[in-house]
Amino acid sequence: MTTAPEKTIAAKDRLVPGTPLLDVRDLHVEFKTRDGVAKAVNGVNYSVAAGETLAVLGESGSGKSVTAQTIMGILDMPPGRVTAGEIMFRGRDMLKMSNEERRKIRGRKIAMIFQDALSSLNPVLSVGYQLGEMFRVHEGASRKEAKAKAIELMDRVRIPAAAQRVNDYPHQFSGGMRQRIMIAMALALEPDLIIADEPTTALDVTVQAQVMDLLAELQAEYHMGLILITHDLGVVADVADKIAVMYAGRIVETAPVHDLYARPAHPYTKGLLRSIPRLDQKGEELYAIKGLPPNLYKVPAGCAFNPRCDVATDLCRTEIPALHQVTDRDGAELAGRKSACHLWKETLHG
Amino acid sequence: MPDLIEKTAPATGSTEPKPEKPRSLGSDAWHDLRKRPIFIISAALIVLLIAFAIAPSLFTSVDPRAGDLRLHYLSKPNYLHFFQADWFGYDGQGRSIYARMIYGARASVVVGICVTAGVTVLGGLAGMIAGYYGGWVDAVISRVTDMFFGIPLLLGALVVLNAFTTRTVWSVVFALVALGWTQMTRVMRGSVITVKQSDYVTAAKALGAGTTRIMFKHILPNAIAPVIVVATIALGGYIATEATLSFLGIGLQDPTISWGIDINSAQKVLRTAPFALFFPAGMLSVTVLAFIMLGDAVRDALDPKLR
Amino acid sequence: MGRFVARRLLQMIPVFLGTVTIIFFMTRMLPGDPAAAMWGDKAADPAQLAAFKHRMGLDVSIGQQYLNYMGDLFRGNFGETLAGRKVIDVIGEALPVTVRLALLAFVFELVVGVGIGLLAGLRRGKAFDKVTLVLTLLLISIPVPVLGFIFQNVFAIQLKWITPTVQDSMNLGQLMLPAIVLGSLSLAYVARLTRTSIAENVKSDYMRTAIAKGLPRRKVIGTHLLRNSMIPVVTFLGTDLGALMGGAIVTEGIFNVKGVGNALYHAINLNEGATVSGFVVVLVLVYLAASLIVDLLYAVLDPRIRYA
Repeated sequence: MTTAPEKTIAAKDRLVPGTPLLDVRDLHVEFKTRDGVAKAVNGVNYSVAAGETLAVLGESGSGKSVTAQTIMGILDMPPGRVTAGEIMFRGRDMLKMSNEERRKIRGRKIAMIFQDALSSLNPVLSVGYQLGEMFRVHEGASRKEAKAKAIELMDRVRIPAAAQRVNDYPHQFSGGMRQRIMIAMALALEPDLIIADEPTTALDVTVQAQVMDLLAELQAEYHMGLILITHDLGVVADVADKIAVMYAGRIVETAPVHDLYARPAHPYTKGLLRSIPRLDQKGEELYAIKGLPPNLYKVPAGCAFNPRCDVATDLCRTEIPALHQVTDRDGAELAGRKSACHLWKETLHG
Repeated sequence: MPDLIEKTAPATGSTEPKPEKPRSLGSDAWHDLRKRPIFIISAALIVLLIAFAIAPSLFTSVDPRAGDLRLHYLSKPNYLHFFQADWFGYDGQGRSIYARMIYGARASVVVGICVTAGVTVLGGLAGMIAGYYGGWVDAVISRVTDMFFGIPLLLGALVVLNAFTTRTVWSVVFALVALGWTQMTRVMRGSVITVKQSDYVTAAKALGAGTTRIMFKHILPNAIAPVIVVATIALGGYIATEATLSFLGIGLQDPTISWGIDINSAQKVLRTAPFALFFPAGMLSVTVLAFIMLGDAVRDALDPKLR
Repeated sequence: MGRFVARRLLQMIPVFLGTVTIIFFMTRMLPGDPAAAMWGDKAADPAQLAAFKHRMGLDVSIGQQYLNYMGDLFRGNFGETLAGRKVIDVIGEALPVTVRLALLAFVFELVVGVGIGLLAGLRRGKAFDKVTLVLTLLLISIPVPVLGFIFQNVFAIQLKWITPTVQDSMNLGQLMLPAIVLGSLSLAYVARLTRTSIAENVKSDYMRTAIAKGLPRRKVIGTHLLRNSMIPVVTFLGTDLGALMGGAIVTEGIFNVKGVGNALYHAINLNEGATVSGFVVVLVLVYLAASLIVDLLYAVLDPRIRYA
């Protein structure tokens, strides 16, 4: 991709080598509601390094967004509650920080891009104000400086005639332009990590690619970590380095992106890949994973995927599978590959 | 062991809830209302008030108009003489405050219900015509509505009522309907415009349904909900307005019994006989409260978005 | 913006004329002969009576009276009272008092109502919210005269903090209690409206964004939440200023404030058609001005609304 300016890398490179930028360890989140306790996240582990892109893949209700909101510190509590786990950011557990400390990380060190830019931008404030707010709050910039920086940012995300449009309101922009504004807002203070929650789902297909390319390009330029949350396998392939697949609040498979596409090691991943329409399948019936996503109030015993799995055994119905290190046929470990399936060998090699 | 597995891991299909019989908005709202304590309390209060209004003699055998000056307000209430003439004491003319509390319900209930019915029919009809036909019809109705809207309800009612030499419940109803109908027109107009654009109305038109049929069969049932909500809440307000007018001496007159009149005459003896003010005032407040609570409950039941 | 204001002003003219016409005919419908009332029970000298009627413009047809009245109105002439005072002078005396009273009540309901509504909305379902809902419901249910007497009794007679009636109608300190009584009903509505609006908006996506941006809570609420939530409240407040001035009649009576309500009350009792319609015309003007301000404020608060 594009070459990153060296100055930016130097500034970001204060991390102890080997320590990931963000390391989520055994995170558990539940929601207490009138209908009972919904276990949304049940022991999630993942990490992201500077300059790396992690794609988190899953259906709605898989806990991918809840995990992201917990990292960001914007989960509604109550009803949400973190029951166990650590979120290490640059070696410090964010869950143990004061509210004020966390607030200062939000926006400046970790920024988030939301799915629906129209509802996520404040309808009654100009985009220039909303962009400039980042500089005014975190850097104490004056109104004038903030506006100038807002125009600069809009230029950077390639919004035409930025100087003329800085006082416009969100509803006056097209969907793609609005999402660019969301990206600009996230980039404003050159954060270490960006979490993008379904950033292109609400957009037209043609615009999706543009926005995704822009995001990837800027990420490389600033050498940021990126967590890309999506349910769309197509979006992931070009931009991600590694993938974590989530199901019912757990990670069921992690792998470098091309390995996962080539040889999935979990029946759920396999099903997801099979359900992508392909041109060479023209005329055939499209595959769909049977059944419905699990009810989080009553997660099935054993592997949560077992009622929908084609190869489930008795073991799958009683014992929750651990996240196994995946090996090749000779028993050599495959780097970065893990699968939470009792039958990973059969799935991978069979 | 296999048995256990069967039970703990049911097939996904069987966990789905049984499909319920589809219900209309009306019966859905009614189903919902019966479970609300606020609705039950306010409905019970209103039933009681209506009973007072229809058959006050069931609750007291004392004539509320018979005054005995020896029994004026200085003779204190006997709070243990339940349902007796002197339960809540006597007013300045020696009339039983308790009996007047009971008999006063009639004027309030009649004014409240009749004004609400009047403004709903009149205002609703105007609103429906304006919303349905649009164009110049809408423009004319909307401008007339604006003209009336600029006149404060209380002031306008004062002016209208002053034109009557003798004022009865019906003059008050007339004045409040004449000035209050515009509120319903606005609500109904907005509601009809929304409903008019929906597909089932277009479909009915395409099928060649007549104007009246479309208006009353298709639009009215779907547009009426906000009107009912506003009307129920407004009912309490009309009762309060009647009492205020009577309090000012421009509403009801003797021999009609109104809590507003009693509040007015009690204000002169506020220091010596606060109970003379307290009981009619309390009765009036409870009545208004009951209708407002009912309106709140109906709104919550009819408008699922607000939950 | 300028065109929008001009358009709205033009639209107001027919509304204003219509309202004035309705008021004119309503007040002239008042029965009884105002001229005869001047002389009480004594039989009036026919010559004197005719002269009086002529001076008041009552000796022509009602249609002619209407035309004369409208003509005078546009020259700023509101007519004379039966005793020969200029109605405009009576209004000039009473209006400043009621404007003060209504503005005090307005500020009270705005500050306290929005404040309570904001706190309740942010604490939806908690004790403070529930208490607010119950108390505002009670406040809405208690009719103004009753509330007036309760306040008068508690603060003036029992606690003796103030005098039961207002001695100097232009004294803001003395007007404080009547203003609270006058504003309390609207306060309850403002509080409830604000609460609902806040509770709805607090869950919105842009609030989540504001928090994710790392804004301090004060800014999240002050800039992002409050501004969006005030839109429905502003609509209510706009129509309320006129209603407060009209509704002052009861409060002014209880606390003996010499304002519009008081003057109007006496004018109605004395069959002073010109005075009554003069006051109502002024109140309608206040209402129209307030609704124009609301429209403008609305467009400022919500850029999605076009000045069209």
